[in-house]
Amino acid sequence: MGAVQNFFDHYNYIATIVLMVAGLYIVIARGNMIKKLIGLMLFQTSVYLLYIAPGKIIGGTPPVLDPNFTVYSNPLPHVLILTAIVVGVATIALGLAIVSRIHEAYGTIEEDEIFAREEQE
Amino acid sequence: MLLTLLVIVTIAIVRMRSLFGVIALSGVYSFLMASVLMVYDAVDVAMTEAAVGAGVSTVLLLAALHLTKAREYPQPRPAAIPLLVAVVVGVALIWATYDLPAFGIADAPIHKHVAPHYLQNAIQETLVGNVVSAVLADYRGFDTFGEVIVVFTAGIGVMLLLKGRRQGRDGREGDAR
Repeated sequence: MGAVQNFFDHYNYIATIVLMVAGLYIVIARGNMIKKLIGLMLFQTSVYLLYIAPGKIIGGTPPVLDPNFTVYSNPLPHVLILTAIVVGVATIALGLAIVSRIHEAYGTIEEDEIFAREEQE
Repeated sequence: MLLTLLVIVTIAIVRMRSLFGVIALSGVYSFLMASVLMVYDAVDVAMTEAAVGAGVSTVLLLAALHLTKAREYPQPRPAAIPLLVAVVVGVALIWATYDLPAFGIADAPIHKHVAPHYLQNAIQETLVGNVVSAVLADYRGFDTFGEVIVVFTAGIGVMLLLKGRRQGRDGREGDAR
């Protein structure tokens, strides 16, 4: 019973880690660079979830002050993740620009084909 | 539950080969993520994620797809080692989460440090009712300034990369003539 309770208490973290690991797998296993960047995005968003989840209090409200409420969720993770989201999209944009340059130079964005061409030259 | 739905969408993203489909699914993923954040009381973050994650990133990915016109095809790549790495990392992380306090309890260490100070004094010190805005723009204003610098640098980088591309194409066309 204790183990089951423990599982449901941490279910959100487990699901988050599944997302994270899926992102990691895409980044390592797939050769297509746009797909790799999407994997990186999955990894980033799962980190957002990992930060926000501990700040939640069951029965709390969003941290907007109001005399009718006394219990608020923790605002600090929200602030940090707001910054992280914007930085994340900037990173993705830069990555996509580099991918389009690679396509310009090699005519492909598959990693294996690029390595093959590097060996020929 | 929403998290389970997120996991299902993620598995679809891993398995799908059409890049256009993957980009559409990543938009779905971002909206689901925004809903989950809403449930976690992070309304500001949910709004940002819906606007930036589902909006801007999807547009950027589609633009990149338009520039490269690529389609992912099944590769004869060995998948065993990446799968092993991913599973080992996942098991280690899940093992580590069992030391975290249970979800949603009010006396976890995270709620004992600076957060009560922000919640109690934000309205007197900054006159802003939304504590997230108060912390973002006032208590941690320098962090936000740093973020602006990062975004500015990334913008310059993208501009230079794409500008060089256009000039390169013009140059080659000039040579051909």
